[in-house]
Amino acid sequence: MAPQATEEQVLYANILNKGMAIGLLGLIITFIIYGAGIIKPVIPLEEVQNYWVMPVADYLEQTGIHAGWAWLGNLGKGDMLNFLPIALLSLLTIVCYLAILPGLMRKKDTAYVVLVIVEVVVLTVAASGILGSGGH
Amino acid sequence: MLTKFKASNAITLLIILITMFAGASVAYASQAPEAAAGAAETAEAVARHAWWYWPLILLILSFVLGVFAVLAGVGGGVLYVPIVSGFLPFHLDFVRGAGLIVALAGALAAGPGLLRKGMADLRLAIPLALIASTCAIAGAMIGLALPTNVIQTLLGATILGIVAIMIKAKKSEFPNVPKSDPLSQALRITGVYHEPTINKDVSWKVHRTPQALALFVIIGVMAGMFGLGAGWANVPVLNLLMGAPIKISVATSKFLLSITDTSAAWIYLNNGAVLPLMVVPSVVGIMLGSFIGVRVLAVTKPAVIRILVITVLSVAGLKSFLKGLGIG
Repeated sequence: MAPQATEEQVLYANILNKGMAIGLLGLIITFIIYGAGIIKPVIPLEEVQNYWVMPVADYLEQTGIHAGWAWLGNLGKGDMLNFLPIALLSLLTIVCYLAILPGLMRKKDTAYVVLVIVEVVVLTVAASGILGSGGH
Repeated sequence: MLTKFKASNAITLLIILITMFAGASVAYASQAPEAAAGAAETAEAVARHAWWYWPLILLILSFVLGVFAVLAGVGGGVLYVPIVSGFLPFHLDFVRGAGLIVALAGALAAGPGLLRKGMADLRLAIPLALIASTCAIAGAMIGLALPTNVIQTLLGATILGIVAIMIKAKKSEFPNVPKSDPLSQALRITGVYHEPTINKDVSWKVHRTPQALALFVIIGVMAGMFGLGAGWANVPVLNLLMGAPIKISVATSKFLLSITDTSAAWIYLNNGAVLPLMVVPSVVGIMLGSFIGVRVLAVTKPAVIRILVITVLSVAGLKSFLKGLGIG
């Protein structure tokens, strides 16, 4: 038996590799846009330090920022734009799991098909924000 | 792509980022008189820094942590959360949010190489990841619901526990697994990898899978609650309990974090506990640090670094513990 990565592992790795590169590049580009002041942020850069010393619930209350996916409607703001690559990185695992699902189904690997589907559901529920958003 | 990233590229990127911060400092200085005139001349205003000051500190500190994490053989997240929350002015909520994204980015970056080489095993990771990621959601929700002082105290206690594990835990290169358990047989959790030190293909299987799954409940909760990567717990369970070879355990643990931390990261993200001004310098710093760390590893004595990291973690853990109790 020669050591080799399975078909699913290689597929998973390829998607992860591309997604990670895009996400990391996006993280740097959007941060430069934010830091250089090219796009105006919701919270002025100088004021962020007033908020990161307090609990997240107080931060949300004092800034009036809505948690959850509200940033998606504010992509025209420098700080909110940064959430795009962060969300991309956080969604990568779901994409990789969905990508290996057809191969597992073809092989009739029922146990892993179920495990992968349940994991996708768990991660989607976590990402959706339906488990509550808004801090303490 | 990332695996081909060279140390020189890492240094260039670090220089670009520091230059960017320096450029911002010049712009800030030119606007400072107006800003100062406009701002109330209060003690609070005097205590404030330019916006880039703390992100730059985070970038540099994370870079150093990234180097040391590789040299000490621990994940970046486990160093980041106690040290940043213990010694810098950020609230623990935002440090945990940033810590999870830091650990997630590190795990995502390492994943492709580990999977392709067959070192990280998908069949071993998937069942454990399901338990850990589900429990990490619960951990994150508990962590954000509990009062800060309670979390701070528990974090301190956990870090001190991790120090104990780092000192005491043994590793087994090729654990003896006489017979795989029925569950791992049913899930066909087994594999072969090439071990260059003995120039042989090593077959491996695991046992005690149900017990490991039970332990991953606790690991998941703790990962979500404290925003730590959980490699310090994953590796002993995979290696010493389940009997996976140490290299398979370390690689699969790293890959597992990309799934566990994803679920917890979403909870922090959806609760507003992720600030880009903290997250981006931290992620970039720690990743550049780990690229350099891999290269420095060849010319340093890991034992010395390990003692240094254990000492720093002990101080950070104790500080967090006392701070939570209102003593520190």
